[in-house]
Amino acid sequence: MPDTITLELFRYHPDRDERPRFQAYEVPFREDWVVLDALNYLKDRVDGSLTYRWSCRMGVCGSCGMMVNGYPKLTCAAFLRDYLPGPIRVEPLSGFPVERDMVVVLDDFMQKLSSVKPWIIRETAAETMASGEYRQTPAQLAAFKQYSMCINCMLCYAACPVYQHEEQFVGPAVLALAQRYNLDSRDQGNSQRYPVVWADDGIWDCTFVGECSAVCPKHVDPAGAIQQAKIQSTVGFMRSLLPFGNR
Amino acid sequence: MAEALQHDIVIVGGGGAGLRAVIAAAEAYPGLDIAMVSKVYPMRSHTVSAEGGAAGVIKPNDTLDEHAFDTISGADWLADQDAVELFVREAPRELVQLEHWGCPWSREPDGSVAVRPFGGMKNERTWFAADKTGFHMLHALFQTSLQHTQVKRYDEWFATRLLVEDGRCQGVVAIELRTGQLRAILGKAVIMCTGGGGRIFPFTTNAAIKTGDGLGMAYLAGVPLKDLEFVQYHPTGLPGTGILITEAARGEGGILVNNKGQRYLADYNLGTPLDVGDQRHPQLRSMELGPRDRLSQAFMHEQEKGNVFEGPYGTYVHLDVRHLGENKIDSKIPFVRELAKNYAGIDPVHQPIPVRPVVHYMMGGISTNISAETVLPGLYAAGECACVSINGANRLGSNSLTELLVFGAIAGRNAAEWARSHPGLNRAALERQADVEQQRIAHDLINKHGGTERIATIRTELQLAMESGAGIYRTQSSLQATADKVAELKQRYANITLDDHSLSFNTELTSALELEFMLHIAEALTHSALQRKESRGSHQRTDFPQRDDQHYLRHSLAHHTDAAPRIDYADVAITSWPPGERVYGRAEEPARTPPAAHSGS
Repeated sequence: MPDTITLELFRYHPDRDERPRFQAYEVPFREDWVVLDALNYLKDRVDGSLTYRWSCRMGVCGSCGMMVNGYPKLTCAAFLRDYLPGPIRVEPLSGFPVERDMVVVLDDFMQKLSSVKPWIIRETAAETMASGEYRQTPAQLAAFKQYSMCINCMLCYAACPVYQHEEQFVGPAVLALAQRYNLDSRDQGNSQRYPVVWADDGIWDCTFVGECSAVCPKHVDPAGAIQQAKIQSTVGFMRSLLPFGNR
Repeated sequence: MAEALQHDIVIVGGGGAGLRAVIAAAEAYPGLDIAMVSKVYPMRSHTVSAEGGAAGVIKPNDTLDEHAFDTISGADWLADQDAVELFVREAPRELVQLEHWGCPWSREPDGSVAVRPFGGMKNERTWFAADKTGFHMLHALFQTSLQHTQVKRYDEWFATRLLVEDGRCQGVVAIELRTGQLRAILGKAVIMCTGGGGRIFPFTTNAAIKTGDGLGMAYLAGVPLKDLEFVQYHPTGLPGTGILITEAARGEGGILVNNKGQRYLADYNLGTPLDVGDQRHPQLRSMELGPRDRLSQAFMHEQEKGNVFEGPYGTYVHLDVRHLGENKIDSKIPFVRELAKNYAGIDPVHQPIPVRPVVHYMMGGISTNISAETVLPGLYAAGECACVSINGANRLGSNSLTELLVFGAIAGRNAAEWARSHPGLNRAALERQADVEQQRIAHDLINKHGGTERIATIRTELQLAMESGAGIYRTQSSLQATADKVAELKQRYANITLDDHSLSFNTELTSALELEFMLHIAEALTHSALQRKESRGSHQRTDFPQRDDQHYLRHSLAHHTDAAPRIDYADVAITSWPPGERVYGRAEEPARTPPAAHSGS
């Protein structure tokens, strides 16, 4: 095992830099260190101006996604040992405007997240709390559970070849989230989500490359969600042509 | 400075409590202008890391009285019983509300919500979404909040100070991370929902953001911090990283084993182990399902006896779930398997998990009453940053997720009422205060040159001092040494240096501001612990090993002064359950003074 490993870090400061540059740093190599540990080591001891987001360091808050050797990863789950002998190149998530160093702008993603109305919609008036929980069998739960596991880390956007060129594309995580609610037995809001999901920038933009599902750290399978939505949309369209076909 | 921003209510913190408060306020008065200020995007908040579940009585074999008694005895009688009664009464409704908002609770075959046992509970009452309960609750709350378009979110704005004028809290000063601009964000009421400060310790389950900012802000504004000496060590964290392995692993039947292969909890008055194949295992309020304080203390004794394993990151014992089998592990505790594989390099289906006690939760916090009000008019607090208190000297597992719902909602509704009846804001005076704050931050931090102390150095020394002197077992001399060290570090903080003097997304600046809050709450915690000369729940003084109800059945209140904190005390509300012995692992009947002043279910 080597004593050290080299990190090549993307550096960009909007007030100072015309264009980004790469800066190389040597960090101690430790068998159980992840890329995030190396960044924290540098921030604490070497260069306090290094800028990146992180929080939970256990793969659930979704803050620390970056490109590691060109591949979108949660840096809290990217072990140095898997990149021997180095160097390891770390960059901000691909396809997003950069605020500074590894920090990207989330505005577009956050706006898209709201656009699919990701909450339970009831056509009928909501039941009161006194009537207790909605019944939902384990099978009904299983129908959408996978799509509820998204941590909004946006690795799938960084991996999506469509989003890299068409930023209007609603994108994998948000379309999977729409599907998560559409498939929830408690929800009655499908028709309110269709205008976004079925629009040109919605599911039909997806060319089914499947990279989103390949990079997802939580196995959400957005590509599968989009495929499923495409089939439902076709069935829905056919139904709408039939008299009384639309419920 | 730029003009102040103004709203009706300002909620600081975008975790579970803050989001629940936002929704409650928005539902109470849809016309209300609500601001949510959070240093991270709401879905990054630490609620996301909660795993095991949320307690609330829903099954016919359970009662509100039993939930209350479990909570109060778990708290070593330091909880306020009126608050606990309110809490257990509201809990089921709040959890059903979350269900209606889409939280994917795990289910029984008939479609009803499933519950699992947790430590210190007489009955199974923990609602769960596999072992990512906090994650699912947080995302359900955040996504539900998005439909309330009157909510203005200030995502990635770091609040630095409370604005207090005419004896009322009227807003905060906050830095927009993206631009570095500092603005006053005014509101007729402010709700603190900023979480605890576990990061003052070196080895913690807490995320990096858990630096106690809200505690610091309230404390510096003159609001006392209650019961801060009570710090919960969770018995099962992964060595090295401190990543949490949920209590649900034991709720599902996992066992703790020392290096002799013994289920050592039997030696600590926690009951008699049943074979893992026995139908009655795991037994409630017994052995591995004892309360967290007692389990973490048992580990320390095992360490003294040499009954623990030695590893590169210190000593540990084994949490063994192998007998559950792969199917149950994958369906009930899949995240445990993922975390153990990634961060301990073992597969719990085939190997025991190395675990050791780890700082997890602060029972203490900003002192509030059961209406979520602080002593500062217009300031409310809820969630881990608040101390109502329902948790007393030791919180029961799965009460905290429910607490942030119950008291987040109460805070939201009450702050909305307050805002409607207190319209006036002293805008000019508040902007002047914000100017002073801007100058302070520019002068002391951003534009400062010539300092020599690195942030990380002071932070690391603080953390080590807390662990060595204010950990699971404490003495007068260990606490005094820590208090002296913290005082020294506060001095040295004045001499810190930043590498980064720019405005845009300056996370070194926010780290410095966090460190300042951490130093203040560490000082308050240590002095509160020095003054409490008894052992109760998570506060164990080897020089005062007994509980002393005569002198210390009282809440401590730490007040900020220019010198050391001033500690005074407030009575504990006792309604129906007089202080008694905490009994685990054997039969007991909770003593209760009739007649019942409230209804069980």
